Amino acid sequence: MNTKKCIALLAACLIVSWASFAQEIPQFRWENFTTNNGLPDNHVFCVLVDGDRVWAGTENGLGLYEKGSWTTFRPKDGLAHQAVLSLAADERTGDLWIGTMGGLNRLSAGRFDTYTQLNSGLSNDIVYGVGVQGDVLWAATAAGASRLNTRTSQWALFNERNTPMYEIWTYAVSPAEDKVYYAVWGGGVLEYDTQTQRWKDYNDPDGETEMVLMKDQGLIHEITTSVSYVDKILWVATYFGASRYDGRYWHNFLTKDSGLPSNFINQVRAIDGNRAWFSTDKGLAYYDGTNWAVYRPSLDKHQPEMLVRDAEGNITNIPVQTAPAHNYILGVSFQGRDIWVATAEGLSHGIRLNNTEVASGAPSK
Amino acid sequence: MTLLLNIRSHIRIAAKVLPVVGVLLAGMLMKPSATRANAEPEKYLSPIEMALSLDGAKLYVVCEGTNEVRIVDVSSRAVTAQVPVGRQPRGIVLSPDGTRLYVSNSTDDTVSEIDTGRLVVVRTLPTGFEPTGVITNRSGKTLYVANRLSDDISVIDLTSGQEIKRLLAGHGASYFVLSADGKQIYCTHIYPNPGRYRAQPQSEITVIDTARQVVVERKDLHNVAGVFHGAVSADGRLGVVAQLRPKNLIPLAHVEHGWAFGDSLTLFGPDIGGTVQIPLDELDRYYALPWGVAIAPDKSRIFVTAAGADSVTVIDIQRLQKSLRTQHRPFVNDLSASADYVVARIPVGANPRGMVMSTDGKRLYVANRLDDSISVIDAAGSRVTQTIELGGPKTINALRRGERLFYSAGKSFQGQFGCANCHIDATIDGLEWDLEPDGFGKDIVDNRLLEDLAGTEPFKWNGGNPDLPTECGPRTEKFFFRSQSFNPNQLTDLVTFVFSLPYRRNRYRLPNGELTPAQERGKAIFERTNYKDGRTIPQANRCAYSHSGPKYTNRQQFDVGTGKSTDRSPLIDVPQLMNVVDSPPYLHDGSARSLEEIWTVFNPKDTHGVSNDLTKDQLNDLIEYLKTL
Repeated sequence: MNTKKCIALLAACLIVSWASFAQEIPQFRWENFTTNNGLPDNHVFCVLVDGDRVWAGTENGLGLYEKGSWTTFRPKDGLAHQAVLSLAADERTGDLWIGTMGGLNRLSAGRFDTYTQLNSGLSNDIVYGVGVQGDVLWAATAAGASRLNTRTSQWALFNERNTPMYEIWTYAVSPAEDKVYYAVWGGGVLEYDTQTQRWKDYNDPDGETEMVLMKDQGLIHEITTSVSYVDKILWVATYFGASRYDGRYWHNFLTKDSGLPSNFINQVRAIDGNRAWFSTDKGLAYYDGTNWAVYRPSLDKHQPEMLVRDAEGNITNIPVQTAPAHNYILGVSFQGRDIWVATAEGLSHGIRLNNTEVASGAPSK
Repeated sequence: MTLLLNIRSHIRIAAKVLPVVGVLLAGMLMKPSATRANAEPEKYLSPIEMALSLDGAKLYVVCEGTNEVRIVDVSSRAVTAQVPVGRQPRGIVLSPDGTRLYVSNSTDDTVSEIDTGRLVVVRTLPTGFEPTGVITNRSGKTLYVANRLSDDISVIDLTSGQEIKRLLAGHGASYFVLSADGKQIYCTHIYPNPGRYRAQPQSEITVIDTARQVVVERKDLHNVAGVFHGAVSADGRLGVVAQLRPKNLIPLAHVEHGWAFGDSLTLFGPDIGGTVQIPLDELDRYYALPWGVAIAPDKSRIFVTAAGADSVTVIDIQRLQKSLRTQHRPFVNDLSASADYVVARIPVGANPRGMVMSTDGKRLYVANRLDDSISVIDAAGSRVTQTIELGGPKTINALRRGERLFYSAGKSFQGQFGCANCHIDATIDGLEWDLEPDGFGKDIVDNRLLEDLAGTEPFKWNGGNPDLPTECGPRTEKFFFRSQSFNPNQLTDLVTFVFSLPYRRNRYRLPNGELTPAQERGKAIFERTNYKDGRTIPQANRCAYSHSGPKYTNRQQFDVGTGKSTDRSPLIDVPQLMNVVDSPPYLHDGSARSLEEIWTVFNPKDTHGVSNDLTKDQLNDLIEYLKTL
């Protein structure tokens, strides 16, 4: 076998090997939206896919991407405030719930209904998180949790007076049928059991803000920013790492022993009990239960970058042509195999490559 | 001078009559139950809506007053059966296969499912608050219910009988129309949507996609308050809803210079493009409270009942389309326009409401709610050919006479409006009015509920009317109707009827009448006598002082700091609070758009009760309690 044949064989092996690996680790072609192509504002706090429509909550309006063009909604259109912090869709009714810096909106077939701390039972106008649980709307506000029964219009507030919430700065909510989880900024995680209607708190067992003394023995840190409860597994994002909790055991993730690009995490969004996406200040990270991938413009030269870390800690730099709009990631939402990403400098659409596309651009290790 | 003496004379007579009526009513209530049962007068039927069997041979008539459906054999005009349903039934629809009837029971918050073969109720399905309109999808597998008090639409799976979701409607969701292809349902609302204070009212037609069972569109109805029935042409190209256009932003005392309400239609659909509003009234005659609507199968005519004018308006659609083509700007305010397309006004019975048309389009059936009868109209000839008597009392008592007066616009200038225009179905209209002839924008007043009024005197927001005869008599006749007076007997009848309006079942109390923990906490706040820091709250600043007694009013007037510079006086009559949750907006002028705003916006100095030492959750508790009153 001559040298040329050896090289070809080696290349073929690598391609087959990468193509197989790539089936697990998604690869994308990124299309980025900014104000230049219709986004209301480049500071995108949140994104939500609703069927064929994509909603982007920005610092200056709510954007709707539909049929290839953007529509912007601002306070003159009925939005409670121009800064849109959170979004949730009620899949049964088609309504959209919108958390803003000035109240809560329900957008139903073009009509905005506004709930504020002055005109309703909402506890505070800064609504960091919203979540739908059947006929109930849960809101995470700067002054505790609010629950609205949309059938009876009755509000219930949860704060330091009736829960173990020693900080009332609730930052995100993840409701499911049996449980509702709140990320309380500085107060860990709160769990509401819909059967018993009781609250329970989860906190960092070592209580240290700068150190991790008791890894995998509880929540990684009390400054929590996001929760995602899927398949009875709780994922938590904090500014000092991430946690996964199966109801009995905790597992913590830090940059030093995982593929996380940063311990500063704005959002975690789980796909199931094993897979999750992490929005960090140093890129978007994906964990498939074993391997990690990071998508971002490189930190030094800002060139498109994709890093893959396997179970042994080996890191592969996958050559890519595109990347999300910015390293500072605030949230994601899924559209079939695609992903939409809110960043500090635009909204990114990750169009997932199929195996052929991945194989044809197979990298060398 | 003679006029003034007449008014005084009427007041004196009324003042004498009222106590007698009160004593009679009180006597009736205080008698032992057995005696009362024996003495209980026969109830009027009050037919309000109808459905026609698939073969057109039977008419199913919802009788609101007797809680039943009466079945009429159309050929013999005889009532052949009665099916008891829940309390105060309001809506009816026949399943597509004709085997089931669905009847909404507005007091019970249920729908009765009737087997049309056996004529028995086979299921009772729970709904939202005060269900009114009902409709099924084309397959008959899904039932939609318009819930008037909870402003939403129940979507019920008829296989399981379970409500599977609740869709957001407008304010006062009430009536449905199914599109010709069955793909959409249109829902209308008897109240305007909440909006900015002193802005023109807005309503909507809520459009539901029946495949996805979601609201997909809300057609804006500009400057429209109450919207009633609708219809869609057989070809699906023309939709119609009947509606009221109120002129509530200028003094009502100007009725002689223009209408207080415009009775009109909104047209929509492919024939129209977007939406177009057209007037039903004439320059010097009004056809108040357009309620039921039907379109002839050949799309030649539109029929509209005028519930306050006891007639049916007939519109020639070809002529209407010509008007629409030739008019190049909105003409809903041009009352001369109706002459171009209204071809007949057919007198029918009292308070005509629902209407159904035979499938061949030859006959139109009109439910005369306050006559207990059905008018049968020859659609081509535009005349009543038969009247079907449904039964019920032969004599007309004071209550019934008063009810007819309440719902009739006959007493007002040019028949413009009656009590029921503002008190739709004897409730409210969700509007703020500029009633007084004291200048534009002065003394703005919100509309109050009329439930269980005895013992809440005086009336009017400043307490200026000491009793109901004064409120309903000279004030209404002269300031509102600008027309002839009620005679003393009529005034007594009207007052008797208004006093008879009951307290609607409160939806926020637990079924056993007890309070939830939040409501209990709210009650304690309502009844408290001390600030949270222990200081004593001055008596006049306690909720339970001003809002005391069985009706939650001490019937006095106070300056609670909510008066506006445009008000004649800052003194406000303490309003009763029964079912206050059902009558937004709030305060005397409607400036508070929600119960919360009474305290979060309009009580900065704790003059309207002490609220500024409360936490947000305590204020929420207080409101939860107020909802139970």
